[in-house]
Amino acid sequence: METYRDLPQSTYSLQTTESVRTGTWRTFRPIIDTKKCTRCYTCWKFCPDVSIELREEGDYPKVDYDHCKGCGICANECPTVAITMVREDSIC
Amino acid sequence: MLDLMTGNAAAAKAAMLARVEVIAAYPITPQTSISEKLAEMVANGEMNAKYIKVESEHSAMAALIGASYIGARTFTATSSQGLALMHEMLFWAAGARRPIVMPVVSRALGPPWNIWTDHMDVMGERDTGWMQLFCENNQETLDLILMAYRVAEDKEIMLPAMIIEDGFILSHTFEKVDVPAIEEIDFYLHPFNPDVKVNFRKPRRYGSLVMPDWAMEFRYNNALAMEKAKKKWVEAGIAFKKAFGRDYSSLVELYRCEDADVALIVSGSAAGTAKVAADRMRERGRKVGVAKLRTFRPFPTEELLRLGERVRTIGVFDRSYTFAQGGAIYGEVRNALYPLASDVKVKGYIGGLGGRDITEAEFEKMFEDLLAIARSGSMTKDVEWVALKDGSWRWF
Repeated sequence: METYRDLPQSTYSLQTTESVRTGTWRTFRPIIDTKKCTRCYTCWKFCPDVSIELREEGDYPKVDYDHCKGCGICANECPTVAITMVREDSIC
Repeated sequence: MLDLMTGNAAAAKAAMLARVEVIAAYPITPQTSISEKLAEMVANGEMNAKYIKVESEHSAMAALIGASYIGARTFTATSSQGLALMHEMLFWAAGARRPIVMPVVSRALGPPWNIWTDHMDVMGERDTGWMQLFCENNQETLDLILMAYRVAEDKEIMLPAMIIEDGFILSHTFEKVDVPAIEEIDFYLHPFNPDVKVNFRKPRRYGSLVMPDWAMEFRYNNALAMEKAKKKWVEAGIAFKKAFGRDYSSLVELYRCEDADVALIVSGSAAGTAKVAADRMRERGRKVGVAKLRTFRPFPTEELLRLGERVRTIGVFDRSYTFAQGGAIYGEVRNALYPLASDVKVKGYIGGLGGRDITEAEFEKMFEDLLAIARSGSMTKDVEWVALKDGSWRWF
């Protein structure tokens, strides 16, 4: 592309936001303790960024760290307190 | 077929004739009867469209932007505070090049709380990138909506359009309207078929981030489309005349301007009143004319310059105020005529705010004022507010 003539009329990207790692600005990381987790999937329901992965019914939920922003809603909602928020800079 | 209908009924009818596919609307006086009529037509099967009930005008516009990306022909209508609430999404619609068509039933913005017509609401959105056209009567409301789809969806244009009808004066007043058969419209207006459409099997991101190295080029392309729209409106007008006989082949409609000493630029329903006043003046031997500004965006600079070459004293009647130098149209007309500044005088008149009647007698006074300027060659006040309560004209 060299000039305005080469542009499409409006902007679009050929891939979805899944291809963009937006989890890099996270300060706190949610960590799920599978010993306490009852697989109620409350975290999956509440995650505002679709960052709790759930492949099949019966699986433990998994955090998609490429997209999780660390808001902490999952940890706050978890009925068995199985999710703890840990500072990223404390994880080596 | 001739019918008797309100401006709002004409607007709803136009949406039906255009075979609109998605409607999202939220009620607000004096627009409500458009969305009600459309809801009725969708419910009883007269229209094959999806009607999305939304919780605000902001959501109405957001829903239509999405629907337009799918490739659907989209329609909504609003007024005043509702249009103001839509403001952010108006930029989105224009920047994303979505050819949404929306009648705006013009109404004053509060406070003071007021449901009657003036153009403050539409002028507040003049820089959003939307095309903006003013209707003089209900026939024009129906016709311009149909033409708007043809221009808006043109692949070189792809810009949204507001068709402005004055609240109550047009929206709730019955007039004779010639309604074309839907088959005739199909011949004039082809289905919407954009190059880029949402495809669920190939997901993409729309409206994505553009860095400073290219964002300005996107904006330039918007500007270029608006410039090209001038020619497209004229072409759409010529084709419309051929198909239906009514003439919209110019952006500015000149009424008795051929040999006029002075001309008054008026937009919307007040243009009809001004024409009657011009006829009365002509009966008394006063050579006056009316230039009806139908197209405000794109702005008809070239047509106005041609008018200024012939008529050297020009008045501008505005139903809005900018809190600076007069009304919105006045400022832009004076700007357009600046190359002729040494020969042409432009005077602004502010009136008809908040639904105040603007009468033939007031227009006759404006013509007399312009004739006096033409005779003496001097103008003491650039802008005046006409017909204030004490009967005076004022500029502070």
